[in-house]
Amino acid sequence: MQHTFVAYVEDKPGVLTRVASLFRRLNINISSVTVGGSERTGISRMTLVADAPPAAGHRIMASLYKLENVVQVDDVGRFSSVSRELALIKVATTPKTRSHIFELVNVFRARVVDLAPGSLMIEITGSESKIEGLLQVLNENEDRVLEISRTGRMVMRRGHHTSRVLEALGDVESQQVAGAGTKGELPAQDTPYVLPEEETDDFRSDSDLPQ
Amino acid sequence: MTKQNPSTNDRRTRLTGAEMIWATLEGEGVREVFGYPGGAILPAYDALRKFPIRHILVRHEQSAVHMADGYARASGRVGVAIATSGPGATNMVTGIATAMLDSIPLVCITGQVGSKVLGSDAFQEVDITGITLPVTKHNYLVTRAEDVASVLRDAFRVAASGRPGPVLVDITKDAQQGTADFDFAAAASEKARNHPMLDVSQPSMAEAMELIRSAKRPLILAGHGIIQSGAMNQVRALAERAQIPVACTLLGLGSFPASHPLNLGMMGMHGESWVNHSIQEADLLIACGMRFDDRVTGNLANYAQKARKIHIDIDPAEINKNVPVQVALIGDLAQVLDQMLPLLRPRDGAAWLRTIDRLKGDAAVIDIKNLPDNGHLYAAHVIHDLWHATAGDAVIATDVGQHQMWEAQYYKHDKPRSLITSGGLGTMGFALPAAIGAKIACPEKEVWVIAGDGGFQMTCPELATIAQEQLDINIAIINNGYLGMIRQWQETFYEKNYQCSPIFSPDFVKLADAFGIPGATVKTRSEVLETVKEARTRKGPFLINFMVEQEDTVYPMIVPGAALHEMIRRPSGNPLVET
Repeated sequence: MQHTFVAYVEDKPGVLTRVASLFRRLNINISSVTVGGSERTGISRMTLVADAPPAAGHRIMASLYKLENVVQVDDVGRFSSVSRELALIKVATTPKTRSHIFELVNVFRARVVDLAPGSLMIEITGSESKIEGLLQVLNENEDRVLEISRTGRMVMRRGHHTSRVLEALGDVESQQVAGAGTKGELPAQDTPYVLPEEETDDFRSDSDLPQ
Repeated sequence: MTKQNPSTNDRRTRLTGAEMIWATLEGEGVREVFGYPGGAILPAYDALRKFPIRHILVRHEQSAVHMADGYARASGRVGVAIATSGPGATNMVTGIATAMLDSIPLVCITGQVGSKVLGSDAFQEVDITGITLPVTKHNYLVTRAEDVASVLRDAFRVAASGRPGPVLVDITKDAQQGTADFDFAAAASEKARNHPMLDVSQPSMAEAMELIRSAKRPLILAGHGIIQSGAMNQVRALAERAQIPVACTLLGLGSFPASHPLNLGMMGMHGESWVNHSIQEADLLIACGMRFDDRVTGNLANYAQKARKIHIDIDPAEINKNVPVQVALIGDLAQVLDQMLPLLRPRDGAAWLRTIDRLKGDAAVIDIKNLPDNGHLYAAHVIHDLWHATAGDAVIATDVGQHQMWEAQYYKHDKPRSLITSGGLGTMGFALPAAIGAKIACPEKEVWVIAGDGGFQMTCPELATIAQEQLDINIAIINNGYLGMIRQWQETFYEKNYQCSPIFSPDFVKLADAFGIPGATVKTRSEVLETVKEARTRKGPFLINFMVEQEDTVYPMIVPGAALHEMIRRPSGNPLVET
């Protein structure tokens, strides 16, 4: 089963190694990992996707907490959340096939970001299944895909749930700035607020893909 | 030069990084460190004379870490070891891993090449933070003098807090040579970080109390965490009030008095038969500060199938790791039990205790009376007599192997921190250096090494450390001419193919003599007590070479993969006692 964790970690040398080494020790493959900034300076946000038995989630989370540089961990797979991935795809084209690819790009709400003689580059953002869908149809039409670069999954829980990373760091002032409510009152948590379907612009699952 | 103390002269002092190392250690209450100098750590050694810290010079860096480990196990304080870069640092790795597996709080300090040449394969450069990453609780690389104090203070916090463990601090030579302002108080580690998984308000407590109330055949599994948490009184109160018998893990020996009527003894691979049968028959296991290691569970598929389980541990990652449990109480054991005890109602455990009593006739401790009277000396005799002679009051450091299991079976530990042994990693060569650390930590206590002839040869140069530091440590070598546990496995699983397990040993008494340490060889039972007495009454160290039966086997024994109750017993002509 695929587990998705969001980990807030200190932005220091070697922290990525520590996190990666933990998965290596447990003999669990990391399918994707994205790391970047968060709402707090000095704290990076990682999204880790890993294939592991269903019961392993608790142990992975507890083991992540044992790393001194880890501030907070969330097993986001258990909650309603938005998941996105960015991909750059370079496709070989001829003057004949170019307009067909433009059509596909339109349907998938992707963008062409580079156009050159003989090739073009597509930028697409969405759920992994949406990106898989575009790749499938690109391959289907024998347009030669030259290069693919995918960022891996980024996930954020829906609704008024906050990361609570500021709170975890004991920073009361920033907590209030971050909208954590009045002093002493914890932010509402674990109450997934899901936007009604028609208001969203998400591909929620494979079935949402353009057929 | 008179010893002065730069850390207290002034709140803020200008110090070199090297001086800061010692000033911070002193501020943390460290009085003794174990180490070995070398190029990249020489600035620190140069500064040592200014500080009231005793440095014990070892003969190998692995031993320095084992000594710090023995020091920590005997005293409960954080042990400190120091070494140079490169080979000095890599030699520490086995010691660090030993401490990691047994959750021992250590701070290991290594010198490192200058920060300008890091990563250039400079002389004696090795990536020790990379190497020790999986065997430390945390490690640090310090490249600036101004970071030395704050990192070291943080290292002490990490080592001792939560589930304890070893921490390594790698300090470059230029960080030791540079100068910066030193302010011990300001360098204090930030407050313990928030750990939501540790911060649960125990909604499971009510469920736990209900399980205890309704149990007919409950059992407490007492682990190392009881000693680490200092929860001996709470566990005893729990056992006595609810009349629940207690089984100990190897590292849990001493957490509950061996002489207590509710104490059953050691569980697991070489545990007492009645203990393992009791676990298999129990309907409730209360696991206190133990981690269901494979040596105590046997085959997991049929481990304690009749029992519900309550697991109390400080490490959430241990919950459901090996054995699924019904109720988990996460937190410091003493605190959890303090919450639990007021809710505990007295219960009647007489029927269950009578059942266990019936199982007790069949026991390894009765073995000792059934050993053949063939004039041979048995390890069981030696350890039993040693226990009698010391009134069970000595601190015993053991090595790893058959003698370690016999020690656990025949030496009755009534007090915590009286058995120092490498449980998780099973590190041979541990006993001698660990005993040195224990003696430095507790000079008023009687300290004995019990080691096999194999393991003793792994770290025996530390006899020189004993001589140099003039330590009063007695050494008992259980000499059977074999790597005994290897021989036992070859006997049991490899058709007595004794490949590479017979081992030549020097004349240990002559060897000790070369270090100026007196000794004696003992070959018969009648000599044991008087020689032990001589060792105890003499001032200073004494070595006894016990020539024991060569092909003796530790019983009972659970074959790996077998269930906990499927023990191999001692073959015996006596039908009444088959152990």
